[in-house]
Amino acid sequence: MKLVKTLALGLILNAAAQGVLAHDYEAGPLAIDHPWARATPPGAPVAGGYLTITNTGTEPDRLLGGSSDAAEAVEIHESTITDGVARMRSAEDGIAIAPGETLRLEPGAVHIMFVDPAKPLKDGERFPATLIFEKAGDVAVEFAIMPMGATPEAPQNHEGHGAPVSQ
Amino acid sequence: MKALKIIRIAAWGAVAIVGGVLLAFSGLLPGVERPGAVTSSTATGVAAIGGQFELTTHRGEMLTNEDLEDTPYLVFFGFTRCPDVCPTTLFELTGLLADLGPDADKITPLFITVDPERDTQELLASYMSSFDPRILALRGTKEQTDQAAKAFAAYYEKVPLEGGNYTMDHTAGVYLIDAEGEFMGTLDLHEPKENQLQKLRRLANTAA
Repeated sequence: MKLVKTLALGLILNAAAQGVLAHDYEAGPLAIDHPWARATPPGAPVAGGYLTITNTGTEPDRLLGGSSDAAEAVEIHESTITDGVARMRSAEDGIAIAPGETLRLEPGAVHIMFVDPAKPLKDGERFPATLIFEKAGDVAVEFAIMPMGATPEAPQNHEGHGAPVSQ
Repeated sequence: MKALKIIRIAAWGAVAIVGGVLLAFSGLLPGVERPGAVTSSTATGVAAIGGQFELTTHRGEMLTNEDLEDTPYLVFFGFTRCPDVCPTTLFELTGLLADLGPDADKITPLFITVDPERDTQELLASYMSSFDPRILALRGTKEQTDQAAKAFAAYYEKVPLEGGNYTMDHTAGVYLIDAEGEFMGTLDLHEPKENQLQKLRRLANTAA
């Protein structure tokens, strides 16, 4: 019993701590967690953006795209490496998020592509962007810029985000 | 009877698979690079990787395969409008070269753009300033790029995107070429770092 209580307290404290550090948003039934982008080399014509979206509702929704003053265009793309060949395709109809499901946008998979960033993305900075969903509509978020080699399993500025993934 | 039938189905399945593989490598299918089409300068039976190329570095100097005689090198293909795999490879290589210490000086790392149309020398020069200065970004004309891809049996293709834009499909591996100009395998950036360093040390040690 005591162990359970200790564990429960730990969970609550952890959640509270995350509440302070966390960088997440809610849009109706959508929970948007930790939008981040990778720092870019100077002159880089594109930058990748990543985040996690959980649909806690009963209706499916769809991430259609976005916009940002930090880039000429904000597109949703999917990267794959199959048989040693790297490919990238636009998700022209957006990406569906079924009820109860979590959509993870991460390096090497589905991602947001910031096309022609106004200036190089610098580690430690943040920039605003709007995500556009079919049902939840426009959602204003901030992308935290992480180091160039950052991966979801090793967040350096934010704790408790993302799940281990193999890239 | 039943067992016989299963065997028969399995046998025909195997025929279909072998046939499919032969078809894929025959170059009859569109978009499939024919590895056998690359002529090898040696007849050792080693994969025909490491042939002739002539490209320009991001510093404006010409570089050919002949300049790399007796020099171990590594090479990968990419382009700057690639948000993940290309900058990640450059970033990881930068870290590996630092970890290698003095051995790193024996290896010439090359990044060949498959998108010379948009990856100008100026853009590459600016882009490469974020990475280890020993890594050379290379570009050429369409013909020179084709020749370089052929030299490494690499595949790339321009793919149109919505809105008149385009992207590039390309071979993602990092090829290791020893001081003799022979293919030494590829570097897998997802394997443990120690394995990668070991491969690079072995590559460096082929230097005279």
